[in-house]
Amino acid sequence: MQRSKTVEFGVGLFILAGILGLVFLGLRVSGLTLGAPSETFQLEANFANIGTLKPRARVTMAGVTVGRVESIDLDTQWFDARVKMRLDSELEGQLSRDTTAAILTAGLLGEQYVGLSVGGDPEALEDGDTIRDTQSALVLEELIQQFVSSMVKD
Amino acid sequence: MFLRLFSRLVASIVRLGRRGCSVIEALGRASIFVARSVVGVPSGEGLRLWLRQMHFVGVLSLAIVLVSGLFIGMVLALQGYTILIDFGAEQALGQMVSLSLLRELAPVVAALLFAGRAGSALTAEIGLMKATEQLTSMEMIGVDPLRRVVAPRLWAGFVSLPLLTIGFSVVGIWGGYLVGVQWLGVSEGSYWSNMQSSVAFFADVGNGMIKSLVFALVVTWIAVFQGYDLIPTSEGISRATTRTVVYSSLAVLGLDFVLTAVMFGGL
Repeated sequence: MQRSKTVEFGVGLFILAGILGLVFLGLRVSGLTLGAPSETFQLEANFANIGTLKPRARVTMAGVTVGRVESIDLDTQWFDARVKMRLDSELEGQLSRDTTAAILTAGLLGEQYVGLSVGGDPEALEDGDTIRDTQSALVLEELIQQFVSSMVKD
Repeated sequence: MFLRLFSRLVASIVRLGRRGCSVIEALGRASIFVARSVVGVPSGEGLRLWLRQMHFVGVLSLAIVLVSGLFIGMVLALQGYTILIDFGAEQALGQMVSLSLLRELAPVVAALLFAGRAGSALTAEIGLMKATEQLTSMEMIGVDPLRRVVAPRLWAGFVSLPLLTIGFSVVGIWGGYLVGVQWLGVSEGSYWSNMQSSVAFFADVGNGMIKSLVFALVVTWIAVFQGYDLIPTSEGISRATTRTVVYSSLAVLGLDFVLTAVMFGGL
């Protein structure tokens, strides 16, 4: 009887450790947040070229992460990329209508993310609005090409 | 002359056919066997038997799995660091360690260790029961050996390998942290935050768990069936134990490729 109790205790601990491990993987490693997902609102932006921007990429403001890219599709009306972003709801009604969105690169070869910077328009962006003023990703090859062709001209 | 060649050809085709038939037969026996055992979900008395098997198969495998996980995480961090530093991208170390552990190494290596540590023991135990005619005696007194002996072991395997895989990943990521952050000096913030921004819970952790469930099914199935189906001699037991380890390792590695192709290869 005593022996069976220790076996049961060991198995219980083992299962508990497994569950705790899964919680650790969820919270610490994959960055899930506990409880209801925090309130968000959606903005859209059209870019002529998104470079290597991917869904789940960061959306930052002054370097602080304020949201994530939700989806990227091709807009068949203008043939550019339509990027949908989810931002923290505390920014809802705070961003001016002439906010600009640019695709930036972390380091020289790092991942790409969206950087927002506010303008001065008194009207604010609401849920589902589109950011008009956008700046495409910097594509290194195009830059080098421009540089080389301007060298040839000189 | 021609006739002899012809009859030899026929004989070899017959041999091939006989071997093919016996392989198919074994597969069929194994399927019926697992189907009949799995329905014996442990309850009541079975729960106690299942607990004892969980202790043997799961708890006692913890040490080898966790120690291997620690070393694999440490090696990953060390190797990754020496390569990533060339590109000035050592901040991506956390992401590299965690993704390679969660998606591939933890399910596969834990399953291989599990096959060696627990699978071979299951085969030998059931095989010896068969050789000493304990299984037949059970049938004689009206106890179904599939329910009494096989089902608790199968269920213990299904439950404990995913748990061991979780432990492997956690310890491996911690080992990567020890080497990468504490020893080599990658910044602690970028280790964890790069990991969090690149690991998706359902796509990475979840798919790793699905892999490990599939491996658990395959490894315990092979182990238990090899024990149940062996030739009841001492030589038969040793052969079956070897076969368990060889077959389950091959099955795990082969299935891993297929699962990876389906999950991450965009198939």
